[in-house]
Amino acid sequence: MNAWRDTAVRLVLLVASLALWEAAVRALRVPAFILPPPSEIGAALYRGALTGIYVRNLWITLAETLLGFSLGSVVAFVLGTALAASRRTEYFLYPYIVMFQSMPKVALAPLIVVWFGLGLTSKVVSAALIAFFPLLVNTIVGLRSADEERIDLMRSLAASELQIFRMLRLPSALPFIMAGLEVAMVFSLVGAIVAEFVGAEAGLGMLIQSRNYSMDVAGEFAILFILAVMGLVLNTILVSIRRRVLFWDASQKAASTGASLRGGP
Amino acid sequence: MAGIADVIAVKDLRKEYQTPRGSVVALEDVGFTVREGEFVAIVGPSGCGKSTLLKILAGLLPATRGEVRLRDVAITGPRRDIGVVFQSPVLFPWRTVLDNVLLPVDVQRLERNGSTSRALDLLALVGLRGFEHRYPWELSGGMQQRVAITRALVHNPAMLLMDEPFGALDAMTRDALNLELQRIWLERRETIVFITHSIPEAVFLADRVFVMTPRPGHIAEEVAVPIARPRSLDLAAAPEFADIVRRIRAHFRSTSGVDA
Repeated sequence: MNAWRDTAVRLVLLVASLALWEAAVRALRVPAFILPPPSEIGAALYRGALTGIYVRNLWITLAETLLGFSLGSVVAFVLGTALAASRRTEYFLYPYIVMFQSMPKVALAPLIVVWFGLGLTSKVVSAALIAFFPLLVNTIVGLRSADEERIDLMRSLAASELQIFRMLRLPSALPFIMAGLEVAMVFSLVGAIVAEFVGAEAGLGMLIQSRNYSMDVAGEFAILFILAVMGLVLNTILVSIRRRVLFWDASQKAASTGASLRGGP
Repeated sequence: MAGIADVIAVKDLRKEYQTPRGSVVALEDVGFTVREGEFVAIVGPSGCGKSTLLKILAGLLPATRGEVRLRDVAITGPRRDIGVVFQSPVLFPWRTVLDNVLLPVDVQRLERNGSTSRALDLLALVGLRGFEHRYPWELSGGMQQRVAITRALVHNPAMLLMDEPFGALDAMTRDALNLELQRIWLERRETIVFITHSIPEAVFLADRVFVMTPRPGHIAEEVAVPIARPRSLDLAAAPEFADIVRRIRAHFRSTSGVDA
């Protein structure tokens, strides 16, 4: 079967590239504190798995990410709806939003840690702040994307503004909102990690930094690997939700393979 | 003369648009009546104001002067007893065919149970029985427009407004749907105002054709079509049909944009 063969080719490619990495690092005698071979990273993963240190910190970073994602998304959706509903609100608020958006939010992380402390709160706030903008913009654009003729149809049926919102504008905005949520999920993980870098008592970002100080580069790579898997799993969950919710969307039917790749903030 | 059997009475209608370069008169002194169960067509070139007229009839646009009365009540805004079919089907892709048909029922918070069997009967009438749980994007353009017609009929409107409903379809599908619309009308005797830029289509379908000339939009002539129904597509070759078409076309000698 073709699918089986493709999967086999994928696996072979993965194993081959890992073997090449291992061989190159050993042949060129690259010091382990610059680039460790995959075998050492694997060993570091195994050791950490035994002590439970990864799992403990993973839950913390995951909680920060998901809480920040939820907070940022809810605020972005509510504010985006308010801005889309009223040109006046948009007129007064949008300049601040654009200004705030063009600022690199990670630069705020030190301030956020000063304001909200070393615990969970500062990480959630940082994650929420970064996750906020992509969804805000997409919510506004999405809610305004409803087709004029469809609005005319709803009006001709004497529908109320609330009905037009619920039955037409919101479903029309869903493709935009789902795309915004996917970006927001990736961004909130970034926000949580950055805040952990600045100051934290726990979490995978904190762990990366403490390993960096002790020159445990293989250990750092092990955590990077865990973070990559975590990001992938979160994205996969959102993609499968999107497929279920947006079964009717044309762009959905055209491109339904693989997770989308997007840059960080 | 607004008789008791008149469903629609349009009187002295004028519509002016304000543009940056001054005001434009889209409709001037438009007046007509439509009787209960009558099929009326309004034919004219693009830009003659017929879509503006339809929007005023649908309550989507206010008139600058004059009034439209539906069953002797002035139309001042959208009403629940009007069904509209637009040029494109305007279906919601996230709703099944049945749910699309039931949209007016949902908007007007009518009872869904009774309406569902009505919707299914109507779908059977337009030949879409068995497609009720499909999605619009699984249907052809002609089938989608049939769904739109069904949706416009589901809440039992006092009149049906159709704005070039078959204008975006290919000629063969258009012929088929004209026949189908005639069949539906013969069976249900809805009051229909049908807007088109095709003279043969107007003559084929209507009891009376209002000829609309542009700049400003005005009804130049009212032409009765005393041809017995059911009419067949072969009618296009009949002399009495050709005479009426020619008489209407005479209004547009100098203007373009009308299919003859």
